[in-house]
Amino acid sequence: MHAAVILFPGSNREGDVARALRLGGAKVSMAWHADSELPKGTDLAVLPGGFSYGDYLRCGAIAARAPIMDAVRAHAARGGLVLGICNGFQILCESGLLPGILTRNAGLKFLCHMQHLKVGRTDTPFTKLYRRDQVIEVAIAHGEGNYTADAETLKRLEGEDRVAFRYCDAAGDINEAANVNGSLNHIAGIYSEKLNVLGMMPHPENLVEAMMGGTDGLPMFKGLAA
Amino acid sequence: MKARVTVTLKTGVLDPQGKAIEGALKSLGVEGITSVRQGKVFDIEVETQDKSRAEAILKQAGEKLLANTVVENFRVEVL
Repeated sequence: MHAAVILFPGSNREGDVARALRLGGAKVSMAWHADSELPKGTDLAVLPGGFSYGDYLRCGAIAARAPIMDAVRAHAARGGLVLGICNGFQILCESGLLPGILTRNAGLKFLCHMQHLKVGRTDTPFTKLYRRDQVIEVAIAHGEGNYTADAETLKRLEGEDRVAFRYCDAAGDINEAANVNGSLNHIAGIYSEKLNVLGMMPHPENLVEAMMGGTDGLPMFKGLAA
Repeated sequence: MKARVTVTLKTGVLDPQGKAIEGALKSLGVEGITSVRQGKVFDIEVETQDKSRAEAILKQAGEKLLANTVVENFRVEVL
């Protein structure tokens, strides 16, 4: 598994995700936003968290139009894997690789805490080492994570079982209080139609070693490299 | 020639920032406001002197970048 982590001006989680990918067993290289091609042999393109272009205009809007994104689109169209975390998810939505948009958290606060998620389908390269409906605990850190889409898109996402993770409480209950940012249907992450593109607001890369306070994110990176 | 693109949230899209501003105005004693929706204004200069050409350029700008049409509408004015 060769992963390419794409660096945009203002990315700041690229080191974290590169470390998690290596721990999982992947070979990692960095790619630059102004490049027009991904490194040779890239199996997985990773868009890390951060504040690309200072969140100017809309989160991820300018990064989504960077030259490297044409290469990421082509990679995804060939069936290549793409993972966008936090700002990476926002970039994927802005680039059209995933539907919908992440808007300002319903409560307006920047949310930075540990959060439980319920895992959706597990027949994808991202979640194959989890169990369906497993409750995992990872970190969230975002101001614009409120997933919004039109009714038709939402119906399609649900109908095609493309919700990857939902915000829940420790018991796995999907209740209003657990929907921390006001996302439609508690959506924390979604897949593309072919299940090869995953965008998610939470940070699995920050829970991969015991000293970080948990390892619930590690199965994603192990699964990707397996 | 000078032009303006105005981006507004579509009806029904939650606008927590607008709500916060509305609350702040009320707490400042500015009376008679029923609701606030926040948008964006882009003042843009275009090379052309041709009005319809300018409108076409700005429409392209709005669609390609300035607005996310999932939640936003935009309006072009050549001033």
